[in-house]
Amino acid sequence: MSAFNAIGENVERDRNEYTPGLEPQPTWCPGCGDFGVLKALKGAAAELGLSPEEMLLVTGIGCSGKLNSYFDSYGFHTIHGRSLPIARAAKLANPGLTVVAAGGDGDGYGIGGNHFMHSARENHDMTYIVFNNEIFGLTKGQTSPTSPMGHKSKTQPHGSAKQPLRPLSMSLNAGASYVARTAAVNPNQAKDIIVEAIEHDGFSHVDFLTQCPTWNKDAKQYVPYIDVNDSEDYEIDVSDRKSASDLMYETENALNEGTVLTGRYYHDEDRPSYQQEKQNIGEMPEEPLAERYFDEDYEWERSYDMFLDKHK
Amino acid sequence: MTDDELIWRIAGGSGDGIASTSQNFAKALMRSGLHVFTHRHYPSRIRGGHTYTEIRASADPVKSRGDGYNFLLALGDSFARNPQENAYYGNEEVKPLSENLDELREGGVIVYDSGLLDTSEIEDFDERVEENGWHVYDIDLRTMAREHGREVMRNTAGVGVTCAIAGIDTEWIENLMRDAMPEKILDPNLEILEAAYEMVQEEYDVDAPDISVPEGEHDEEQVLLSGSDAIAYGALDEGCRFIAGYPMTPWTEVFTIMSQNLPEVGGISEQVEDEIAAAALAIGASHAGTKAMSGSSGGGFALMSEPLGLAEMTETPVVLVEAMRAGPSTGMPTKPEQGDLEHVLYTSQGDSHRVVFAPSDAAEAYHQTRKAFQIAYEYQIPSIVLYDQKNGGELRNVPASVFDEEPNGDIGSVISEEELADAPHDPSGKYNRFQHEGEKGVSKRSIPGQKGGRYLATGNEHMPAGHIAEDPDNRVFQVNRRMEKLEAIRAELDEGDVPNNTHYGPDEAEYGIMTFGSQQGTVEEAVDRLNDDGHSVKALGVSEMAPYPVEQVSEFLESVDECLVVEMNASAQFRGLTQKEIGKYGEKLSSLLKYNGNPFEPEEITEGFVTSIVEGEELPTHETKFVPAASD
Repeated sequence: MSAFNAIGENVERDRNEYTPGLEPQPTWCPGCGDFGVLKALKGAAAELGLSPEEMLLVTGIGCSGKLNSYFDSYGFHTIHGRSLPIARAAKLANPGLTVVAAGGDGDGYGIGGNHFMHSARENHDMTYIVFNNEIFGLTKGQTSPTSPMGHKSKTQPHGSAKQPLRPLSMSLNAGASYVARTAAVNPNQAKDIIVEAIEHDGFSHVDFLTQCPTWNKDAKQYVPYIDVNDSEDYEIDVSDRKSASDLMYETENALNEGTVLTGRYYHDEDRPSYQQEKQNIGEMPEEPLAERYFDEDYEWERSYDMFLDKHK
Repeated sequence: MTDDELIWRIAGGSGDGIASTSQNFAKALMRSGLHVFTHRHYPSRIRGGHTYTEIRASADPVKSRGDGYNFLLALGDSFARNPQENAYYGNEEVKPLSENLDELREGGVIVYDSGLLDTSEIEDFDERVEENGWHVYDIDLRTMAREHGREVMRNTAGVGVTCAIAGIDTEWIENLMRDAMPEKILDPNLEILEAAYEMVQEEYDVDAPDISVPEGEHDEEQVLLSGSDAIAYGALDEGCRFIAGYPMTPWTEVFTIMSQNLPEVGGISEQVEDEIAAAALAIGASHAGTKAMSGSSGGGFALMSEPLGLAEMTETPVVLVEAMRAGPSTGMPTKPEQGDLEHVLYTSQGDSHRVVFAPSDAAEAYHQTRKAFQIAYEYQIPSIVLYDQKNGGELRNVPASVFDEEPNGDIGSVISEEELADAPHDPSGKYNRFQHEGEKGVSKRSIPGQKGGRYLATGNEHMPAGHIAEDPDNRVFQVNRRMEKLEAIRAELDEGDVPNNTHYGPDEAEYGIMTFGSQQGTVEEAVDRLNDDGHSVKALGVSEMAPYPVEQVSEFLESVDECLVVEMNASAQFRGLTQKEIGKYGEKLSSLLKYNGNPFEPEEITEGFVTSIVEGEELPTHETKFVPAASD
């Protein structure tokens, strides 16, 4: 018998199953876009019929990092910027788990930028949701890597002299096989995108635009938005990396100019996940590694029998 | 220690095949029945520079590199780096000779490649040869290698010459070459070996050897391996199936051995973007239900400080390996030092705790690495194996039976789905994973994917189910519970089912020498010599740094009048730790320190002890430093 019976227990679910019963209410400010992510994730998990116990939600630090306090599944609230390496390894150790990592723009694109690039490159089978509100929220309103040029804050009193980071271009060019942007103000699209991202076998990057009514007073900055997949103005083939790249290039300033583009930019269904590649070259066991420790019949190899001859 | 020993030094440039040749030669000597010990000295560069390896071989067990050496094989500088004729940097072509002569013992042998090296460039060479009674063989190894194969095979020619002069049967070498070499290069190498051997036999009087090589016999099967091998095998046997790392000397050795062997046992190795990620991956894999490890050396380990604290706060078991090299910063990448002790003990914020082992040799490294996993997984706490460039890289013979231990896939204190059904849960439905109030402070963990085991692991202070909380009562409860583990761990280690904290020498000795980690063997050899010379000395090699073995060390210090603490760093970190943990006997503790990039030789310890402790005088040498007791 498996030690992990919650895995694969997919039945019809209600989104409220992911609401912790007597959990304290979220500490997010009224009007915070983070509520939109929570709602979309609950809706997506219910639609996918995921058991709360086969999901591992790994978060970083910041307002976004508290997501797994308000979403009931297995959770790992880690340290600033480090959700991805922890999530990656959990998936490698037990590939049956549905692994979702989440964090903010400071957390994921700033301090965790290196991990972001390499996780996308390696195409781990997991979903990464980045709460992008263009500000550091929990540390009280400093300029973040996605804040627009000229953005003034207590730490950048003269306005930021830096170009904002282009997260979608970054993950696409690094090698992510699913790249999308959605917004808290568009809950239905957000849910659909998260469903697709979780179902995708590879690294799914969802840049989730969230408003910060407390520190980024332009709380309405992401309205109106245009869905690139529905709009006739943008013709995009989501299976074509170049098409996605061109669209990003042409519209990359739009986010800061009042027109917000959301939708699926890129979806490569053919590229094998990292785990698959690793299995192909013989560096990854077929059976989940974690199961082995709970299998009383498993025979553990010892180095004396396997490796010592070469030292004799 | 016996006079009847061979200490063979092969010197040349990086890329000359010093490492592979010495490894083969050491194994051949071991197979012939001798005890062997190798000492590596190499620069931080890929090709060229001055490098040497010493092999000490004796019929009796050898514990250190010894003092000096008695056979020099000087190959010349790296041919591999300089394919053009006469293309050398500065005067490097003479380095294998000029850099090595100070430590060559009286009556020793010099074999040098006259195809590359010229003794006339070394001032006073002939005078020194006469003065010291050295036997010099100028042999054109280069031409010999060229004639039979390729110039790079000079090392094989050198081994053939060594065998002829020292009276060693080349059959041992030939067998090893057959095992290790592909056919294409095997034949020319065998030919060169034979040619070199015969040439010396014909041209020199080898029936009256200049040097005697002992004969020995092992009473059980031996293996030749390094401390790094032993750590890797300890981890594998303890069921570790996941490693994540980033290359950094000298930790890379463990990482490489694990990466090469893990796929064979269905494990996973990940080379990742940086050390923060490496430690985080190990934590993630462990969280998901595997036994996992990571590691680094000084600077890389500094980056792991943050994940280390996370592992403690979330009570995620993990084993980290720290291979010390000379610091601070990037320091001297290929030189040993024991300067990271305090770094490893105290890094990471808050009241954070970890278990630290500091094995002395390969056998202890094997057992303590296994113990590090057992403790980490039973008590859900990070544990660290602290060693250094010296014991990580030195090859020595170890009885194969040391590794004949049952594997262990037990993952420690986890809860099963059956137990979860009856286990206490939070009103929110989450498992109270951090709730235990009983002995040892350990609360069983559930693994993601288990039914009924949902909880939140967080680096923030948390309630029993993992909810983030700053409640004062809960804070005190959780801190106390985490600290309670340390007492339980100390008690378990004191029961002593693995070799640790080794006592050496006569129980009733007047003086003590204390050391930790890689210097233990050298200290033990020094203790033997001191007692042979009529002193009364015993040693304690401490190999558990945290929690500190207060009782055992106190007993030792109580029993001696004075104690010399030997360690390879400039700030007496181990002595400081001892004083901090025990809180008394400070007046008994003085220090002998060495931090020039080379490990202690036994004579430096005997000299330091006699001069400073017995005679109360200042040390005449610049190589080591004496720091008197606080009350002196």
